[in-house]
Amino acid sequence: MSGQTTGGKTLYDKIWNAHVVRSEPDGTALIYIDRQLVHEVTSPQAFEGLRMAGRKPWRTAAVLAVPDHNVPTTDRSQGIADPVSREQVETLDANCQAFGITEFRMNDIRQGIVHVIGPEAGFTLPGTTIVCGDSHTSTHGAFGALAFGIGTSEVEHVLATQCLLQKKSKSMLVEVRGRVGPGVTAKDIVLAIIGEIGTAGGTGYAIEFGGEAIRALSMEGRMTVCNMAIEAGARAGMVAVDETTVEYVQGRPYTPTGDMWDQAVAAWFDLRSDDDARFDRVVTIDAVAIRPQVTWGTSPEMVLPVDARVPDPAQEKDEVKANGMRRALEYMGLKPGMAISDIAVDKVFIGSCTNSRIEDLRAAAAVVKGRKKAGNVKLAMVVPGSGLVKQQAEQEGLDRIFLEAGFEWREPGCSMCLAMNADRLEPGERCASTSNRNFEGRQGQGGRTHLVSPAMAAAAGVAGHFIDVCDLK
Amino acid sequence: MRKFETMTGKVVPMDRPNVDTDAIIPKQYLKSIKRTGFGVTLFDDWRYLDPGEPGMDHGKRRENPDFVLNQPRYRGGQILLARKNFGCGSSREHAVWALDDYGIRVVIAPSFADIFFNNSFKSGLLPIVLPEDVVDRLFQETFASEGYALTVDLEAQTVVTPSGQAYAFEVDEFRKYCLLNGFDDIGLTLRHADEIRAYEARRAREAPWLFN
Repeated sequence: MSGQTTGGKTLYDKIWNAHVVRSEPDGTALIYIDRQLVHEVTSPQAFEGLRMAGRKPWRTAAVLAVPDHNVPTTDRSQGIADPVSREQVETLDANCQAFGITEFRMNDIRQGIVHVIGPEAGFTLPGTTIVCGDSHTSTHGAFGALAFGIGTSEVEHVLATQCLLQKKSKSMLVEVRGRVGPGVTAKDIVLAIIGEIGTAGGTGYAIEFGGEAIRALSMEGRMTVCNMAIEAGARAGMVAVDETTVEYVQGRPYTPTGDMWDQAVAAWFDLRSDDDARFDRVVTIDAVAIRPQVTWGTSPEMVLPVDARVPDPAQEKDEVKANGMRRALEYMGLKPGMAISDIAVDKVFIGSCTNSRIEDLRAAAAVVKGRKKAGNVKLAMVVPGSGLVKQQAEQEGLDRIFLEAGFEWREPGCSMCLAMNADRLEPGERCASTSNRNFEGRQGQGGRTHLVSPAMAAAAGVAGHFIDVCDLK
Repeated sequence: MRKFETMTGKVVPMDRPNVDTDAIIPKQYLKSIKRTGFGVTLFDDWRYLDPGEPGMDHGKRRENPDFVLNQPRYRGGQILLARKNFGCGSSREHAVWALDDYGIRVVIAPSFADIFFNNSFKSGLLPIVLPEDVVDRLFQETFASEGYALTVDLEAQTVVTPSGQAYAFEVDEFRKYCLLNGFDDIGLTLRHADEIRAYEARRAREAPWLFN
């Protein structure tokens, strides 16, 4: 049966085994959840459910809440203008207060995107099970944790019981061999992986990312890779614990200290797959072959190197796939055969739970420094992942670099990744975006999204079109 | 949760792969703090010609006549027939609530995204995986005959066509049991509260830093 191994254990096996409370005869397990993150969009109905059933949260210390999807990225002193968005954020505030849950409120410096603030606060720890009513919860797997998105009914289930009913997934190892070349980032690695295995390639699997190129990534980079595991269809992505992990975790507000720290670190170093562990599927990717990536269609798997040309559906033998390509090209307003580097952009968005951490902002600022936003680019906005990321960036002077180049410097939140707040694309507008989904209408009805790395988004912002960041004059 | 009873329903063909949950229910409607009322904005961007916002009178909007849900022969269908990787993307359970609120009781596809698949069972929506060639055949039969309906029997785990052809499908025993009885998962889990407490006590000894 899937997921069962004799001999060596995978990282996934180890975390899974440590969390099984009980099992049903059909293999459904009740697994314990160490940490739950909560945001305003997928929680109101869960709290309402608790209330209706007269239930209380099982363990409030295991829950951390933050508003991120609806918050404005402009001046917040007047609160949220949109009454529907405001009601949702106020509902979160009221629920957290009523049920005794810690919340980083909108005007708290610690507020930010849920998948940025968890790791930043040290709430995300190696070896834990972490859930959130958000598909990008896979991000936290970068810490050698089992982290995945759930629906609102399950948010309520975890609040009420601290457990979830789950069947174990199959296991996949994605090994990225060798080192990437200049201008190639974690985002390019994960986009290339999705291009290789497809958006459903990881369905039913928990993916472990390994290999030299992954080991060489910072925690920010590993978070970017795990964040997009869901875009390959896998609910969970993870990376084994090493010195890089421990170094990042140490000294954060919710991180253990003293003897407890030593004890934790000793346990964490076992959070890697055994050498003789068997995976249900292994995919190997050659890092040297990865070029800076740009998506051209309406699914993250529709991705190509920046020096490629838009594909021709007429060359595609699979009719369902060819139709999908035609539809995508029509929506994106692109012609087969045109060079990716000839695609001009209207807007640039640097932010989201994929790419809004300090390292992402540094990479974008390094490209922008001493340059100006291109004349045809109507708006280039930088949205830090949290108040603390924003503060750090300002201490480093990154805000001034962006502002001098004509980029906007905003308040933290999900912003134009999904356009639930006021930040959005207008119909037909084309955006170089560091977010994670290029679905139809994702960034605003009729908007056209091209997913890229922060450096590539910055380069498009100053060139006015896609360009290999290494070719920027 | 509502019990799943054997049903016969008209089939709506959603003939495209990778239908994501952003398409099923666009983001602006996720601002609701309720669990109901999403049916009228199901597939909003595809279903209407004018942009939709929460609070609008959706009955007055311009429908896209080409969209499958607006074609008279498919209107009011209860079984959605879909292509591979249905429900990919965002974890929003609102996608399930929107389908349910519209009146869809079953989605049949060659494959589903994991989170959507899981969410479906929580609201009494039954996702059925059938082989790609069978789904293809069902698409052809749906296109060929107006009013085409299928009978779904969860107890027997079969989808039966008008001509009497029965296709078997798999479903986890535990999920089937919950769906047939309309059981609330949380209530079932809380029956094991002692085991959860025992686990916590053990875990607190093994990994005390998680229980500070």
